Parts: sequence; C-alpha cells; structure tokens
Amino acid sequence: MTIATLTSESPERKERAERWRSGLRAAAALLVVAAIYEAFARSGLFPPALVPTLPKILHTLVASLMDGTLIVHAMMTLYRVLFGLGLAIVVAIPLGILMARFKPVENFVLPLASALMPIPSLAWVPVFILWFGLGNTVAIAIVFYAATFPMLLNTWSGVRAVNPLWLRAAGAMGAAETDLFWKVIIPGASPFIITGVRQAFLRAWIAVVGAEMLAASDFGLGWVIYDAKEFLNADLMMASLIVIGAIGFVFERLVFGSLEKATVARWGMVRTAKS
Amino acid sequence: MADTAASAHDLTPAATVRAADARWRVIARNAFPFIVVGVIWEIVALAQVFPPRLFPPLEVIGATFWRLTASGILPHHAFDTLLRLFAGFSLAAIVGVAIGILMGRSRLAEDVVLPLVSIGAPIPGIAYAPLFLLWFGLGNVSTVLLVAFVSTFPIIFNTWTGVKAVKEIWVRSAQAMGADNRRLFRHVILPGALPYILTGLRLGLAQAWRILVGVEMLAAVSWGMGWMIFGAREFLNTDVMLAGVAVIGMIGLALEKLVFQRLEDYTVVRWGMITS
Repeated sequence: MTIATLTSESPERKERAERWRSGLRAAAALLVVAAIYEAFARSGLFPPALVPTLPKILHTLVASLMDGTLIVHAMMTLYRVLFGLGLAIVVAIPLGILMARFKPVENFVLPLASALMPIPSLAWVPVFILWFGLGNTVAIAIVFYAATFPMLLNTWSGVRAVNPLWLRAAGAMGAAETDLFWKVIIPGASPFIITGVRQAFLRAWIAVVGAEMLAASDFGLGWVIYDAKEFLNADLMMASLIVIGAIGFVFERLVFGSLEKATVARWGMVRTAKS
Repeated sequence: MADTAASAHDLTPAATVRAADARWRVIARNAFPFIVVGVIWEIVALAQVFPPRLFPPLEVIGATFWRLTASGILPHHAFDTLLRLFAGFSLAAIVGVAIGILMGRSRLAEDVVLPLVSIGAPIPGIAYAPLFLLWFGLGNVSTVLLVAFVSTFPIIFNTWTGVKAVKEIWVRSAQAMGADNRRLFRHVILPGALPYILTGLRLGLAQAWRILVGVEMLAAVSWGMGWMIFGAREFLNTDVMLAGVAVIGMIGLALEKLVFQRLEDYTVVRWGMITS
C-alpha cells in the first residue's frame, strides 16, 4: 500500500505492471520455499514423522477440520481469548480514563502498572496454576493479565493526548461535562484506544497459546500442539499452527481493520492512529 | 519518568532545597501504592484467607529471596536466562536488520521475503515451541533459536519500514553530491532509518523477553528463571515462585531502562532525529 503512494508520480499502467510483477515474484517465492521444504521432507534425511510432507499436513488439516476436533479446540481457545480480552477491556479502559482525568488515580495506578508490566504474562502461569488449579481459569487470568497493560496505557495516553483546544472550544460552546466526555474525549482518544485493543489482542493471543500448553487444560489449540509433541504428530502440529495463524490474521486484518474503518477512519482521525 | 522533570530545573541554592524536597515527594508518591498493596497482601496472608503455602506473607518471600540469592542459585538462574536472551536476540538483530535493509533497498528482495514474513508473523512465537523442541531437542539450542526466530519479525518489519521512510530527496541530494553506494548507506540510509531500527530492536527484545520465560518452562532447561518458577510448582513452593517473578520483573525493567533508553539517548536523540 505504501509502495503505491510512493510511486504515485509514475503512470498508472506502469504501477499496475509493477504490482503484477510483485505478485508473481511473491507466488514464485512461496512456491520455491514449498518445493524446498517438500524436497527436504521426501529426501529421507530427517525422520518423516518430524518433517511431514505438505500433502500430509494438508490432509491432516482438512481431516481434523472436517471431523470438527480442531474447530472445537479453536472455539475453546477463542472463548478464552475473548473472555479475558473482554474482562481486560471492561477494567482497563475505564481505569485508563480515570487515570488521565484524575491525578490521584494516576499517581496510584501508574507505579503499580510500570512495576507489573515488565513481567511477562507467562511467568505467572505456575503461580496461577497453584492458585486457580489447572484449566480454564488460568488461561483466562493470563489473557487478562497480558491484555490489560497495553490497553490501560494506550487509553491513558489517548485521553491525555486529546487536544486541550477542543476541550476549551467545546466548553466555550456550552458543552456539559457528559457531552464533553462522550463527544470530545472518547472520539478524541479512540485511535489510541483501538490501537490498545489491537496490541492487547496480539499479546492475549500469544499468552493464551502459552498458557494452554503449560496449564494442560485438555482443550485449546495450544494444548493440541503441545500434546502432538508427545506422539510425534508433526503434521497435526503444523495444521494447528496454520489454524492459529489464520485466526490471528483474521482478527488483526478483518476485525480490527473494519473496526478502525468504522470509527476513527470515518471520523477522519486515521493519521493519528497510524503514527 | 516524573523525576526527569524535577532534575531539569536550574540549581540555585534555594532551588536545590526545593528540588530535593520535590524529589522526596516523588519518591513518596511512587512508593505509596506499593505500601498499600503490600499491607493488603500482608493482611490477607496473615489472616490465612488462603492456605499459607499458596499465599505466603511478604517476609517469607523476602527471606526466600535472600536465601536463594546468598546460595547463588537465583543469580545462576538469572544469568542463564540473560545469556539465552542475548544469544537469541543478537542473532535476531543481525539477521533481522540485514534482511530488513535488503528488503528496503531491493524490490526483488522485498517481493520475495515479504510474503514469507507476513505468513510467519501472525503466528504467536510460543506456538512454534513444540515444533522447535521436536526438531532441535529439549534444551538450549531450541530455546535460543526460538527466541531469535520470534524477535526477528518486528526487527525485519521496522527496519524495512525505516529504510523505505528515508526521504527520497536526501538520497538524491547525497547522490548529486557524489556519494558512492557505501557512503550513501553509511551516512544517509543508516542514520535515517535508525529510529525505526531501534524501535524494531526494542520491540524484538520485548517480544523475546515475553516468550523466553515461557519457552524455558516448556524446554526443560536445567537452569533459567522460567524453569525455576515452573519447577517450584511441583513442591508448592509459592514463595520461590513469587521471588522468581519479582526477579523477572526487575530484569525486564532493567532491560527497558538501562539498555534501550541509553542506546536511544546516545544515538537518535543526540542526532536530533527524535526529541526525548
């Protein structure tokens, strides 16, 4: 996309030809890598259980999607991520707004947040296992922990970054405190908040997979991958990796992309969101 | 963060007193929330709302911390973790910056590498862990390679963006003044892209750090913070775990404050590329 804008001075046809060539090269690169992998897998240099051939991976992927097992696991993982993320949104966004609006709240929360933030969420897994037992709660708590801080900090800086001129202008035009909040502060901070949700999802997505592996909860894509190791099912592993990547991609591009388009882009604030 | 504002004031005698006063107030203000949380923790722990084995009071955690530090166990764990982090991260930095610059300068490299990177990036790094363990065995090799693999992606992306963001007019004017390729690279492209590259390295290190502890738990390395706290679970040693988590937090904080802020101050801030 950025490439298109950079070369906008050249005629459109030339640009289209360039894009074609880029696409061809990309496809060629993928094909070559796939071919190299396939050659490795078939060469017999490595045990076939560890390096399954591509048709085998595809077959496993389709088969486990068709009989529904992988879908159930994916649903379970999604449920944990969205539950934890929802919890984090409910807690962190109001807290972030409070922090930005009231100095004492900021003075209290910020030191705690900066002390907890450098601790990776996965470090809490063993502690949470002891506290909550194996299973769903650990995964959700880890997701919550991972998602809270990016959201909190982005909301906080978003509200603080609202142009004071807008506040004064709205105040001069007689906006009440609630109007000010809903019509100026929230839209003004929304690019940051959406960035926060986005970052929070990425962190949560990492955290949930790790938590599922470590907390051995019998369900979830992370558990599938980890469990497949025991049985040397590298094909199943790669199939779940593909599913994990696909879900991550869908969320990142489609869900958050369209969310951004529906809100900040429409309000004409996408430049702030990009920076 | 707040104390930089205090030190920026000029230091006339009267102002020194005020500055010292203000600094104390900042310290007190930052300590207050920890004291509150500590007291609540202490009350909950001593009232035995939860079993004391699972929710030890602070003095027990502190005593464990001292015991483990004095016996050299904790430093050994921490040292091994740091070693792995830097081994993996250095690998990622070298490979990532090289690929990123190549992608930024050559259209062919960009077309070839970008699809591969875009496919690999959305998969959380820790998901590859079992695969790496299968391929490279339990232990150090898998851990370092996985950490390197994970932190390469943000470094590649940011370096690539940075090289692309170097203003065309800088490149052209340097060329017009007769700069050859090597000097163009060293004096224009590299400094121009450096803020982005540093951001990439920073993100990469953060990513590596976030993954490393988890990978250590999975890879069953014999020393390392992740393994220490995960192993403590078997014996319900919550105090060891919490002491370990505290150390992990300190290492994380030190990485951010000491490594990257310094690096940024010495390079891009001094060159006036960004204001600190």
